[in-house]
Amino acid sequence: MEGRFDRRIVRETGESIVIATLRAFIIKELRHILRDRQTLIILLLMPLVQVVLFGFALRSDVRDVRLVVVDPSPDYATLALRARLAAARRFQIIGIAPSMHTVEPLFRQGKADVVMAFEPDFAARLQSHGPAHVMLLVDASDPNTATTMQSYARAVIMAYEAEEGAHRGKAIQIVGETRMRFNPTLESVNLFVPGLIALVLTLVSALMTAISLSREKERGTLEILLVSPLRPWQIIVGKVLPYLGLAFANVVTALLAAWLIFHVPFRGSVVLLLFESVLYSMVSLSLGVVVASVTQSQRVAMLIALLATMLPSSLLSGMVFPIASMPRFLQIVSNVVPARWFIIIARGIMLKGVGLEYLWRETLVLSLMTIVLMTIAMKTFKPRVA
Amino acid sequence: MSDPAVVVRNISKKFETTVALDDISFDVSHGEIFGLVGPDGAGKTTLFRILTTLVLPDSGTATVLGLDVVKDLWAIRSRVGYMPGKFSLYGDLTVAENLSFFASVFRTTVKEGYNLIAPIYRQIEPFAERRADQLSGGMKQKLALSCALVHRPDILFLDEPTTGVDAVSRREFWDQLHTLRETGLTIVVSTPYMDEALRCDRVALIQGSRLLEIDPPEDIGRNYPLPLIAVTSSDRYQLLLALRESPHAHSVYPFGAELHFTDDRAGADPASVAAELEAWMKSHGFTDAAAHPIAAGIEDSFIDRMSTPARRAS
Amino acid sequence: MTEPPSKGAAIEVQDLTRRFGNFTAVDHISFDVAVGEVFGFLGANGAGKTTAIKMLIGLLAPTSGSAHVAGLDVATQTEQIRRRIGYMSQRFSLYEDLTVLENIALYGGIYGLSDEQISERSSSMLQTLGLTDQLVGKLPLGWKQKLAFSVALLHEPAVVFLDEPTGGVDPITRRQFWELIYSAAARGTTVFVTTHYMDEAEYCDRISIMVDGRIATLGTPRDLKAEWKVDSIDELFVRLARAS
Repeated sequence: MEGRFDRRIVRETGESIVIATLRAFIIKELRHILRDRQTLIILLLMPLVQVVLFGFALRSDVRDVRLVVVDPSPDYATLALRARLAAARRFQIIGIAPSMHTVEPLFRQGKADVVMAFEPDFAARLQSHGPAHVMLLVDASDPNTATTMQSYARAVIMAYEAEEGAHRGKAIQIVGETRMRFNPTLESVNLFVPGLIALVLTLVSALMTAISLSREKERGTLEILLVSPLRPWQIIVGKVLPYLGLAFANVVTALLAAWLIFHVPFRGSVVLLLFESVLYSMVSLSLGVVVASVTQSQRVAMLIALLATMLPSSLLSGMVFPIASMPRFLQIVSNVVPARWFIIIARGIMLKGVGLEYLWRETLVLSLMTIVLMTIAMKTFKPRVA
Repeated sequence: MSDPAVVVRNISKKFETTVALDDISFDVSHGEIFGLVGPDGAGKTTLFRILTTLVLPDSGTATVLGLDVVKDLWAIRSRVGYMPGKFSLYGDLTVAENLSFFASVFRTTVKEGYNLIAPIYRQIEPFAERRADQLSGGMKQKLALSCALVHRPDILFLDEPTTGVDAVSRREFWDQLHTLRETGLTIVVSTPYMDEALRCDRVALIQGSRLLEIDPPEDIGRNYPLPLIAVTSSDRYQLLLALRESPHAHSVYPFGAELHFTDDRAGADPASVAAELEAWMKSHGFTDAAAHPIAAGIEDSFIDRMSTPARRAS
Repeated sequence: MTEPPSKGAAIEVQDLTRRFGNFTAVDHISFDVAVGEVFGFLGANGAGKTTAIKMLIGLLAPTSGSAHVAGLDVATQTEQIRRRIGYMSQRFSLYEDLTVLENIALYGGIYGLSDEQISERSSSMLQTLGLTDQLVGKLPLGWKQKLAFSVALLHEPAVVFLDEPTGGVDPITRRQFWELIYSAAARGTTVFVTTHYMDEAEYCDRISIMVDGRIATLGTPRDLKAEWKVDSIDELFVRLARAS
């Protein structure tokens, strides 16, 4: 039979056929993605919008800063500064104390935002040309507010410094020292961008693969694909690769937005960061395939994918709430959240400029997760329907 | 090639508590159009899925083209064409894109398969750039068939290919199946519509997970056990109710514009039964009623076999 | 009742026309359906069947011409029409995740039946059909269709529209279904059937076949077969549709 003969030829050139088939599959997936304009636009704009929203939402103007002044030996200089602080409408002096001792509890209970502590004999030190010291203690649990509060307080001090110097005809020197409490590194956008990338990648990768695979199930096209010579791995790879591309585009958009709009630093290797993003996407994509394999409808797949990825990625990853402050149980749970490891990696590369020599452990965790999930995906994605 | 194209032996399949297939056995010869005729839920789709290697049977064996449906999964998959119940196409891809995608999936090209699909595909080729979800039912059906044929399979499985398609397209579709059979292709097709059984070479009647009968369509009515009479009257519904109460009624069913009356006296002469019945009806006020004996059709046989489940497929 | 209507008309259509831009989907169709008649409305895909039905049930305004359903004008009295008609399609009628009684209660509520009417009609419906209350999704297709038809009659409509009512069921259930239709018709309900399946059409008292927006032929199945010298309505349909 003629047909049989052709097939033998096909087998001899098996390798190129496999690639050609995969190529056709990927082209078809890309067409699905490109033709669904609305979804595509949302997916492409999402990282941009999220970075911008998070970035701006966190930069708020600060009023009514609750200030406690520690003034162990009130003199004309400290009184003058206190008067200026009281006059500034942004500050509200809620207490004056003789020592740090009584102030600490107020601060810890969140009743005060800023503590301004003058050193003893402040005026005398100013007088004797030596620098006079003032310490600012700022609640940095909300990093953006903390920076703003700090600069307001410094502005008041600097204004006094300048005026008093002019008045006396010679410069005086006040040295301020700031201590940020609760979040010593401070830059909120910098901390958020890695988390956002994790979130966006999870969304695009897990959710979209789960939806597109379960859509084939619902339409019945999966049945034809299964009855074809396509192997399950080819179907999975064909589904996964286009979304990996889309996820990659999202990482680039998010990073560009962070860099151009908020000047987030890139201290480490961009190539390494992109590589880790791809790795992290693989974890999420595998999760999407697993979800699609075990569900029967698009709707259920979507809900499960959302629950399994979005919530843990935003809440248990350390993106919003520091892992150290979680209850012990959630800390343990957070270990299986891929976003947790990715955020450590991304923060490390972007903010600390460290490389694989410090991040190999997290990278290994993500690699293992990929392998495990991919294996489960291959196992749950049966070549049969029942 | 003398072995049958499909051999099914004692196949059973259960889904949780529902029995989908109960001890099904039949053969399909090479180059024949074999019809599985039965209502929705009879087990047709499950049987197709077993034969296309998508579902594993609980018990029994089946071979397609001499290959075992359980063990020779991949060998079977490159040689069958399958059209599932709904027209499974990608609605957001064009006609041409759908076809070339399925060609690639089956490791071939549209060009290689063109000769075989040409008679069907040519009719939708003018719409090659149209998206599949904008096609009419008949055109979707033609595209789905082209996609199932593009890799030149040795056997074609069509699960309810005519559902939702108008009468003109249905007729064309069956004509195309006959053209395809001329090329030596074996075709296994299912349908819930009894009238389509006439277009098959052999028919298996299936109901409630069991086969009722396997025969060429023209032979199916031949074993009808009782005299069958067609009755007409202007007051069909009242006559139907009245006939059920008549002395020798075995069963009375509406049948298009007529009623089909089955007499309970086996072996009685149909002509005299008809005359007797006509007299009975006239005496009961149905003055325009007429009766004449008829040969049983597929639906008559189906009804008879459904109501007497003890008899098994021969 | 295979004769053309003589008593009052349940549906009266006069030169009904609907255009979409330059395209005339329904082109001056006229016909009457008698009270208690089972009328088959046939046509190929794209012949204008769906457009015509949408006008009859008040979902689409006619471009010109007139139609009355249960004596009500489809152009102006759409609200009243919907209270006087029932609708059943093979696919979208009942909620599969509700039970039989819940479905009945829902439709009863939609049509403004009192609780007493609903409970009275539910129990008589369960009895007639021989059903017990259970999830509709668990019922075999044939039962679903019989139930859907009964639910469509719940508010005692003057006209009930059926879309491919018996597709895919076994021959016995199908005949039980047609008996339900005949019995409703015998009680004075007019039944308007659309279907792709011509053997289904043969069960109707009269049928019309639409081709390209017009009614190509209309009559009893028997008369039509004689007039066109064909063995089946299927053959007639194919001949008319192909001629276009």
